[in-house]
Amino acid sequence: MTTTTTTAADADPGTDARCGPGMSRRERIGHLLQHHGALMVLAVTVVVGALVFDSFATPQNAANIVVSSSFLAIVAIGMTFVIISGGVDLSVGSSFVLAGVLAAYGSRYGLLVALLLPLSVCGAIGLVQGLIVARTGMAPFIVTLAGLLGMRGLMLAVSDEGANTYLVQNDAFSALGQASFLGLTVPVWITLGLALLGGVLLQRTGFGQNVYAIGGSEEAAVLMGVPVTRVKVLVYLISGLLAGLAGALNAARLSSGVTILGAGMELDVIAAVVIGGTLLTGGSGGLIGTMAGVLLLGVIQSLINQIGVLTSSFQQVVSGAFLALVVVAQRILHRAQRLS
Amino acid sequence: MATAVLEARGISKGFPGVLALDDVSFRLDAGQVHALVGENGAGKSTLIKVLTGVYRPDRGTLLLRDEPVTFDNPLAAQRAGISTIYQEVNLVPQMSLAHNLLLGREPCSRLGVIDTTQLYAEAERVMTRYGIRTDVRRPLCSLGMGTQQMVALARAVSIEARVVIMDEPTSALEPREVDTLFGVIADLRSEGISVIYVSHRLDELYRICDRVTVLRDGRVAHDGPLGELARVELVALMLGRDPAEIRRDGATRFTGEHTTTAGEPLVEARSVSRRPVLRDVSVQVRPGEVVGLGGLLGAGRSETAKAIAGALQVDAGTVTVAGQQVRRGSPAAAIRAGVSLVPEDRKAEGIVPTLSVRDNIALAALPQLSRSGVVSDARIDRIVDSFMRRLRIKAASPYQKVSELSGGNQQKVLLARSLATGAKVLLLDEPTRGIDVGAKAEVQALIDELAAEGLGVLLISSDLEELVEGADRVVVLRDGAVAGELSGDQVTEEAIMATIAATGETDG
Ligand SMILES: Nc1ncnc2c1ncn2[C@@H]1O[C@H](COP(=O)(O)OP(=O)(O)OP(=O)(O)O)[C@@H](O)[C@H]1O
Ligand SMILES: [Mg+2]
Repeated sequence: MTTTTTTAADADPGTDARCGPGMSRRERIGHLLQHHGALMVLAVTVVVGALVFDSFATPQNAANIVVSSSFLAIVAIGMTFVIISGGVDLSVGSSFVLAGVLAAYGSRYGLLVALLLPLSVCGAIGLVQGLIVARTGMAPFIVTLAGLLGMRGLMLAVSDEGANTYLVQNDAFSALGQASFLGLTVPVWITLGLALLGGVLLQRTGFGQNVYAIGGSEEAAVLMGVPVTRVKVLVYLISGLLAGLAGALNAARLSSGVTILGAGMELDVIAAVVIGGTLLTGGSGGLIGTMAGVLLLGVIQSLINQIGVLTSSFQQVVSGAFLALVVVAQRILHRAQRLS
Repeated sequence: MATAVLEARGISKGFPGVLALDDVSFRLDAGQVHALVGENGAGKSTLIKVLTGVYRPDRGTLLLRDEPVTFDNPLAAQRAGISTIYQEVNLVPQMSLAHNLLLGREPCSRLGVIDTTQLYAEAERVMTRYGIRTDVRRPLCSLGMGTQQMVALARAVSIEARVVIMDEPTSALEPREVDTLFGVIADLRSEGISVIYVSHRLDELYRICDRVTVLRDGRVAHDGPLGELARVELVALMLGRDPAEIRRDGATRFTGEHTTTAGEPLVEARSVSRRPVLRDVSVQVRPGEVVGLGGLLGAGRSETAKAIAGALQVDAGTVTVAGQQVRRGSPAAAIRAGVSLVPEDRKAEGIVPTLSVRDNIALAALPQLSRSGVVSDARIDRIVDSFMRRLRIKAASPYQKVSELSGGNQQKVLLARSLATGAKVLLLDEPTRGIDVGAKAEVQALIDELAAEGLGVLLISSDLEELVEGADRVVVLRDGAVAGELSGDQVTEEAIMATIAATGETDG
């Protein structure tokens, strides 16, 4: 009974820089595992994969993993903000798909429209969700579930029940998804830039600290004078915008607004964030972990493709097992910290 | 003094089932330290929350320097120059000390990026001024309650404010830290800043307050200069009783010595160590005995209690209850052996805030109430009712959620819960913290009663008077090790202080 009431109070701090010399060895190890556990598991998996499969550790395969992970990664950056603030955004999968359709549709009017149309629609929906969550105090789960259903409907309407697939008709826009630079496609570079920017925003700005504070204890944050409403709205806005951007880039890569890919993506995104060490209860976590979580999912997928005999749906089983493992590990870490 | 810095006129505020404030008027003058006192649940914290925009009053107006104002949220009050240390939640447990201290005012480079080096340096500088030397990068929840309280204080004072409100700031502090706090308050006063000060420790009020407002059941029972009011009169006003009656009852309600049966200790901790907080600590409590643990903050008192209750992983040492060794680091095993801990930090470790008063008390008592798994509701009701009456738990009904109770009443529920377990050994860590004078006496009488029934009690209290009156023996800790033991006539405030100070102060 005591453990359930202390969930929020005993979790570790949010940023890496806080692991100080004043901590005991036990604390430091716990801290390291929570924040960089995913990174370590990723490293081990990659090494093992490279030893077992000849075709795994090739530059080609590495590039494949990174390229196909980049879209998930962009969405996961936004989700990390939301989850650290103590919320969740279930609408990102629908946003992603809707953005793809809108981008493909908009591409006939030029590059700018192809980008701005999905961004403004998904951003607006994120904004509205944020306003509802922050102003009414309704559960983020419910609000964004409504967003998920609403946007799925919107997408079906725009694409005539999915019968109408828009093709991208703008070379500049297609290049955004397909062109390479130093061996990596543009979306990968965008992901890197956004992760860097997001990291700075989260760890090194007042806004980021407010996000941690709200997730850690909303009541305390209110009393400390944190502009809670504004921060929450911004967090959902960021999530919506990033989902929209990822969807648009994906459409550019595929040269069409595919209406089926990306449905259910929200669960992969949440899984990646949680595997990355961000606590679903809020107040703790970071983007390095999230990036490691995304890559880990990609690596698992790739390894299963290597095995060949297994169908790719087996990937979900392995990812699910990983997720369960992480949650259990976090629970144990948590208890160890409690007793120290 | 012509204009009030902050004034409340005819404020009323109700919650379902209670009128927490009923037509309350309050006036704070410039450069004054204004005490706000009253029993648990009298409405002090509610008034403070109305003054600072946490709650909107149902009726009445607020005036800031004679201008009517409304605060929509605490941020608005902060911007208007009112800085507050709230009683319950103040800070974010997972964030580092430094980030908590400077949240919203982080030192930034030109691009708006936080300069972490400077952030930590600044935090270190501020905390050193408050006598706290610790790694400011540590998460707040890993620090002691006293340190957390000092962080809240430092934060409130370092926000440029005209009014600083403190809701029971000393309940988690040691005498030495209280002195630091009073130094800060004196500085504030000399700068013309006003302070509203809430405390149940009366001697503190007389040390620093100029004026006092007494609340009773949501109404103003008295308002005037503090100096003109004798201590008993103040208590009488708070409790709504006759001063003569109070005078008769004395300061604490401990009766003094207990008849301890010599012989087998009921609970014994032998050479318990946990680096760096505990070194080779041995304590024993015999049936019917109240053993006090003395020492400064960080001396290892709470850690000792936690180690005995299995709530702290120890590196070495054993705990035995009634001759049986208890499995290390297992709270469940300790509970089975009959050990019950009332923890220092009720928020994090004790109460289930979303459950009702009744459920919180009954939860702990269930095992001994149930017969072959069936629990009689009537029996639970009887127990809950008796504790609520005895400890004067002020709630709309036994079914009210604990989170809706006033701070002191939450503490009483926690205490009742432990007392209801039927434990053989009670470990009480600051049992009367935040509890008003009336109920404090009741708690102390109850501890005596339980000891007389043959329970063993380990009592931790920063209130030396309580320790001296209540304990048969006092074990003094220093820097995580036993510094000395006093028993019988040796147990005096002076002796405890002397033992604490014996080989100079090395902690910090
Ligand atoms: N959120 C709430 N919901 C319902 N009732 C409440 C709430 N907050 C306070 N109360 C009730 O209002 C009354 C006054 O509470 P308040 O916290 O102001 O007391 P207090 O004087 O600060 O007491 P203490 O000394 O214990 O801190 C109490 O009866 C309490 O139960
Ligand atoms: Mg109070």
